[in-house]
Amino acid sequence: MQAPLLELRGINKSFGPVHVLRDVALTVRAGEVTALVGDNGAGKSTLVKCVGGTHQIDSGEVFYEGNPVQVHSPRDAAQLGIEIVYQDLALCDNLDIVQNMFLGRERKRGWVLDEPEMEALATATLAGLSVKTVSSVRQPVSSLSGGQRQIVAISKAVLWNSKLVILDEPTAALGVAQTAQVLELVRQLADNGLAVVLISHNMNDVFAVSDRIAALYLGQMVAQVKTTDITHAQVVELITSGRSEGLAQ
Amino acid sequence: MREWFASVRRGNLGALPAIAGLLVLCTVFTIMRPRFFSAGNFANLFTQGAAVTVIAMGLVFVLLLGEIDLSAGFASGVCAAVLAITLDQQQFPWYASVGIAIATGLVIGLILGFLVAKLNIPSFVVTLAAFLAFQGIVLLIVKDGNIVPVRDEVIVALANKNMPPLLGWIVAGAGVLGYAAIQIVSAVRRRARQATAPSWNVLALRIGALAVLTVTAVYVLNQERSRNALISSLKGVPYVVPLIVVLLIAGTFLLHRTAYGRHLYAVGGNREAARRAGINVDLMRISAFVICSGLAAVGGIIAASRATSVDPNTGGSNVLLYAVGAAVIGGTSLFGGKGRVLDAILGGAVIAVIDNGMGLMGYTSGVKYVVTGTVLLLAASVDALSRKRASTSS
Repeated sequence: MQAPLLELRGINKSFGPVHVLRDVALTVRAGEVTALVGDNGAGKSTLVKCVGGTHQIDSGEVFYEGNPVQVHSPRDAAQLGIEIVYQDLALCDNLDIVQNMFLGRERKRGWVLDEPEMEALATATLAGLSVKTVSSVRQPVSSLSGGQRQIVAISKAVLWNSKLVILDEPTAALGVAQTAQVLELVRQLADNGLAVVLISHNMNDVFAVSDRIAALYLGQMVAQVKTTDITHAQVVELITSGRSEGLAQ
Repeated sequence: MREWFASVRRGNLGALPAIAGLLVLCTVFTIMRPRFFSAGNFANLFTQGAAVTVIAMGLVFVLLLGEIDLSAGFASGVCAAVLAITLDQQQFPWYASVGIAIATGLVIGLILGFLVAKLNIPSFVVTLAAFLAFQGIVLLIVKDGNIVPVRDEVIVALANKNMPPLLGWIVAGAGVLGYAAIQIVSAVRRRARQATAPSWNVLALRIGALAVLTVTAVYVLNQERSRNALISSLKGVPYVVPLIVVLLIAGTFLLHRTAYGRHLYAVGGNREAARRAGINVDLMRISAFVICSGLAAVGGIIAASRATSVDPNTGGSNVLLYAVGAAVIGGTSLFGGKGRVLDAILGGAVIAVIDNGMGLMGYTSGVKYVVTGTVLLLAASVDALSRKRASTSS
């Protein structure tokens, strides 16, 4: 088996007296969807923010592509190829899809924006992810549905040759059909060779797309197993009580 | 063409209401007072509306961010006063005075922008305070109630002299050809990369419309406007017209063809998204105020030129409100994220036409203000309704 893309060992993080992450270990492999599950307050968001450079870890080691790395800022994370798609989408309604995907990293010819180049790249990216729900990449984002917006936000992360994409509750506000579209895209990302971390509360989503499930309980990683080795009920048990009878660790 | 209709139906009206309003107003005034449609009055419209239009162009940048600059009017007054004083009392050459006046505007914008972006004081409050303070500064500079004359030939020529007819034609021709060349080259480039490009029909329509409009305008302005042509000939395109066109091109280029402009729209549309995309939001906000006050300075120079003097009321009374009104009537949204430099010109034209036409019909200022206010309210309602439409159709 190939070496994991991202490996966390013994991560600790406290906010004042609150010990949020306790000796957390996590392994994320390229080409796989790793679902990160846990109840509210289990430390999922904190863990993601530590990886993304928003928070600094107190102690522990981060290995990226086998090398120890230190992520001090979101910029460091972006340079490593880590992109985080947050729950509240960071899209501008008044700009179109291409403009949003290249926001802050526009392609230019001298001083002038290179629109044809950006449009071609955006179209190619969406095609590479088999996205068919948007009719024109020149549509303003305000005219898109929630699912389409989520798809644009995720595709934006892919555009930058990211190796690791972390999705924070991407289907939380979506209807059934749109959820299916977004999950299809999540699966496509992994099939394209990216490592995907999916944070979700929805067990159906988790079992639909993930290859592995990592469960956090009160700041501790209580299990990291293949999705095929665990049942729905066992995951719920892990989330709520931190342990599960009969689960081979 | 079909796409354009679809986009209008989605609530993206663009310049449509302003152009429709302009046509209706012009028709009404022409029927009521045929003199409205004379070459002389046409030229008047440009010089009357120029100062407000340029100030409105600057305001578009600030409004794009969802901010407001209430001090733009008196900022133009301060800059005009600086211009007049340095010309009249210090005997500076005109270019030095213009440079100092514009620099004054830029510094004003820097201070306003800093207070808004770094200290997080609402722009409404900052610029309201500046509105009061600048009013005082104009008074202090022109020494209470004095009128400072502006006699410099170049400055006076700006709003009072016309280009020789031949030069007018050459500039107009170069402008239309340049526009056509840019449009065609851009479309060819887009097609080469299979990117979306306007169809050739739309392109021909756009270029044709501009050509017809320009040729008509230059032709009319090149007619003899003097009552007695033997004593003093009066014909040609006023010099302010090419100045406004240059500002329009520069502003449009900045907003639509550069990363700076893209980021300005992004900050206006969703500040948090812009911040996460790595855009320096504070810098964008400060720069918008700098551009706004800088253009206000240009507006002040035009106003000083037209009046050939500066008094404590320069840039005061309704200048600011007309400028904000012009931007909004043209289609710029007060909520931020939507607007173009062209809006300022269309809206400025609507206001100038109302002001001029009602004046010709002999209405008092009272009626003019009521009508202008009503038009502004109409424009704001159109914006609000089209927004509602855009948000419900998704």
